[in-house]
Amino acid sequence: MTRTALLVLADGRFPAGGHAHSGGAEAAVKAGRITGAQSLEAFCRGRLHTAGLVAAALAAAAAGGVDPAGLDAAADARTPSPALRATARRLGRQLMRAARATWPSDELDAVARQFPKGAHQPVVLGLTARAAGLGPADAAYCAVYESVSGPATAVVRLLSLDPFEATAVLARLAPELDRVADRAVTSASAVPAEGLDVLPAASAPLLEIGAEVHAAWPVRLFAS
Amino acid sequence: MGGVHATARIEARADGRGGTALPVLASDGPLALRRTRGTAAEARVVLVGAMSGPLGGDRFAVEADVGGGARLRVGSAAATIALPGQTKDDARYEVRLTVADDGELDWLPEPLISAKGSDLSVVTRVDLGAGARLVLREEQVLGRVGEEPGLLRSRLVARIAGRVVLDQELACGPGAPGGWDGPAVLAGQRAIGQLVLARPEFAERPAEARILAEHACVMPLAGPAALVTAVAPDGLRLRRVLDEALAELDIR
Repeated sequence: MTRTALLVLADGRFPAGGHAHSGGAEAAVKAGRITGAQSLEAFCRGRLHTAGLVAAALAAAAAGGVDPAGLDAAADARTPSPALRATARRLGRQLMRAARATWPSDELDAVARQFPKGAHQPVVLGLTARAAGLGPADAAYCAVYESVSGPATAVVRLLSLDPFEATAVLARLAPELDRVADRAVTSASAVPAEGLDVLPAASAPLLEIGAEVHAAWPVRLFAS
Repeated sequence: MGGVHATARIEARADGRGGTALPVLASDGPLALRRTRGTAAEARVVLVGAMSGPLGGDRFAVEADVGGGARLRVGSAAATIALPGQTKDDARYEVRLTVADDGELDWLPEPLISAKGSDLSVVTRVDLGAGARLVLREEQVLGRVGEEPGLLRSRLVARIAGRVVLDQELACGPGAPGGWDGPAVLAGQRAIGQLVLARPEFAERPAEARILAEHACVMPLAGPAALVTAVAPDGLRLRRVLDEALAELDIR
């Protein structure tokens, strides 16, 4: 693996469409649940330990060579919100396009053919890491970081929050990101022996409900 | 390692005359099952908690198995309250539900209340045949009135024809991963509820995604089932939302 490949994949400017999504922050801002740096941090922490953990475990398992179709079904079962399932597939399709251009591989081509409407983004993220010569831990780190960096960047735009404060939130969460990535890798590594049930399924009721509310808005700044 | 170990079991079978028989109705220790008056087609059972609990160290399980053509409705006489025990061990409560093709189960227990200092893990596993019908309600209330909650971990897994359509975990209370009470997860709300509805007709015509209340919505799952998720400030307001949702969705 090359460390630079990890930076390319984790870069917010990697052209995979993530910048158009707030990770539920737009709905939480509108509902008055995020009002500044402190509530942004609590939001990010909750998202990290739920959606972030699940995404990281799926990504790590895909990077480790677990069958993508099984992982995609496991992602569906862990995503009751149809709005979030649609978002995950759209982001998966966009990431797939960028990944195939960046790190061409037969495996990516095969999964793209198998899921013409897109597989869940964390599964594609894991496969992309694999194509880039990266491992399960790298994929898990990308996923946990995305799970908090998306909302933090979005809240800078939504609330005109000072970008320094938003970045400080991410830095304060760093030790927790490390722990969640570790946990994700541990459970992903147990999949070959114990099956997909061993993957975490942590959920956040307000993220799911908020996603459904947000999808019904006629006008919004972010796609999700 | 103290604690009470108990497994109660219900088996419901079509009696061949359009009704439902209960060949097995096995209470165990604190988990007492009583058959109550049902309808011509449906058998009804009430789970009576004969003592408070589960306490730390307890291992409770309730199993219901509904055969083809049988209809079973299960409720409980009162809320289940998780309390701290004498030991440092956590308490575990497992619910295992199996419904065969053409069987029907309404699983509608009273809420689970997580009292201060308690540590409970609840796992509900549902296995449904392709043509089975299910209504399952789960309500969790964090703390009695004005009380801090204990640690409550729950997992709900539903399979239809062997395929997992829902797998959800939730952890709340002191000792749960960070952010559980924050703006992404519960935002200070103290009651969380879910309804799982499974029916074969959803394969052709899925339930429509819809907002029911400020913090409640219907979500079609990736399979012939739907989930209602709601959070509310307290158990009473939660039940009102879930009752309304059930009245709208549960048309037979």
